[in-house]
Amino acid sequence: MRKVAVVGVGMTKFSGKQDKTAVELFAEAAVDAINESGLKPANIQALFLGNALGDFAEGQAQLQAFVADYIGAPFIPANRYENACASSSAAFRDAFMWVASGFYDIVLVGGAETAAKMGTPLATRTFAMASDSRYEYPCGITFPGVFALLAHLYARKYNVPLEKLKYQMALVSVNSHYYGARNPKAQFQKEITVDDVLSSFMVCQPLQLYDCCPFSDGGSAVVLACEEKARKLTDKPVYVAGVGQASAGNLMSQKDYLPRLRSRELSAEQAYRMAGLTPKDIDVIELHDCFSIATLIALECLGFFEYGKSGEAVEKGETKVGGKIAVNPSGGLKSKGHPIGATGTAQVYEIVRQLRGECGERQVDGAKIGMTDTLGGDGGTLCNIILKRGW
Amino acid sequence: MELKLSFKDYNEALKQNKLLGLRCKQCNAITVPPKIACGGCASTDMDIVQLSGKGSIQTFTTVFVPPEGREPEAPYIIVLVELDEGPWLMGNLVGVDPNKVTMEIVGKRVMMGHAVFPGDKYSAGEEARPVFSLEA
Ligand SMILES: [Zn+2]
Repeated sequence: MRKVAVVGVGMTKFSGKQDKTAVELFAEAAVDAINESGLKPANIQALFLGNALGDFAEGQAQLQAFVADYIGAPFIPANRYENACASSSAAFRDAFMWVASGFYDIVLVGGAETAAKMGTPLATRTFAMASDSRYEYPCGITFPGVFALLAHLYARKYNVPLEKLKYQMALVSVNSHYYGARNPKAQFQKEITVDDVLSSFMVCQPLQLYDCCPFSDGGSAVVLACEEKARKLTDKPVYVAGVGQASAGNLMSQKDYLPRLRSRELSAEQAYRMAGLTPKDIDVIELHDCFSIATLIALECLGFFEYGKSGEAVEKGETKVGGKIAVNPSGGLKSKGHPIGATGTAQVYEIVRQLRGECGERQVDGAKIGMTDTLGGDGGTLCNIILKRGW
Repeated sequence: MELKLSFKDYNEALKQNKLLGLRCKQCNAITVPPKIACGGCASTDMDIVQLSGKGSIQTFTTVFVPPEGREPEAPYIIVLVELDEGPWLMGNLVGVDPNKVTMEIVGKRVMMGHAVFPGDKYSAGEEARPVFSLEA
């Protein structure tokens, strides 16, 4: 396998409902990424596009073909990845492998979503399609409902009193908003307090509004190149050091592991092994904080803290920039926003810019190795990417 | 190969308050909801068995923000129940005030009935689901 580098990144501002289509949002991010790489659309050999719900949000299937044409790269092979909230991370992993294999030298990968445009009732319905339509949805399960079930399970399994867990979860959201307030691309650029979280309305007990990421619109894009091309294009290539991906069935079939998500443990293990690294080597992570409890579960499955202990680590400030592991300096899904198909490559965008030292107030000093973590559905898809400075 | 227990047959039984599962002839594990392969060892050599529908609550949530079309049902409780035969099953919980349910409910014994989700424009027809109530 050849070494593969990120040579350009782009993302739109993430937002609530806005006027552009998913094709247009992706195109804005893609043109920024292509321009940053110094390439032209004609240099792009293939497109890997994450989009989960275009069919429902805009009546638009197969948008990858329209995207390729729209950005001035008509007729290139273009594929869409639907892995729920992990769509563009799955697209990234495949794009990486096509370049690593030697089949392509330069590809474009990214994602776009206009989920906010759907409004809360339809967005809640369509997000629930990533649960099991036969054996879970009839109960009225929702995406926050899944993590609400895991929150109570977590409290019980690790003997954390619910009130204490709720406080730790609130701190996760407070941290997200602290960094989001320092990210001009974030949907919410405003700090919040523990009281704000604990007084917000109940969505799915015990998750309140500020325990939950928003519905968002946005696009993100990354240009990948083989090492030989990357060295000619940039002084600061960011290499893909490791990737991992795993799947899981419905929540019932994961009973031996919950509230751990086994797909995450397996995916992370693959990425660490491929990179020859351990959790201790990671300077900064963008992880899938779709809900506050999801951050605590992720930190443990990724190997940063012991099972049942990540809430205490959050209380001690160990997940802040400057702490043991810098978590979600972009503001994460909670504050930066979660346009689901765009989320994975937006995490890559943040890590690449952190490694290049371009993040201003929220910069993780001297970050050399970063990681992403993206989850789809009830753990149905899990992807991890480890990125490393090439200079 | 032909499915041993399809969704349709599982669903029809559930509508009679009968919970069907599959017992593996290789490892004895019970698989429910049904799959073509054993959840324990991936063997396809399984027999249909009727399960008790009894078990204990492992976790719960009350949904206050429902999906499109489910508004009249909210707020409603969802539980994961560990069946006496071992597997976990997702269902609703009735007979408990969804506005007042707490962690105290975890561990409580329940028995299964059912309700039918009539389906919406996105789903492939009506689908029954387990509805649990506390054992007397
Ligand atoms: Zn078996």
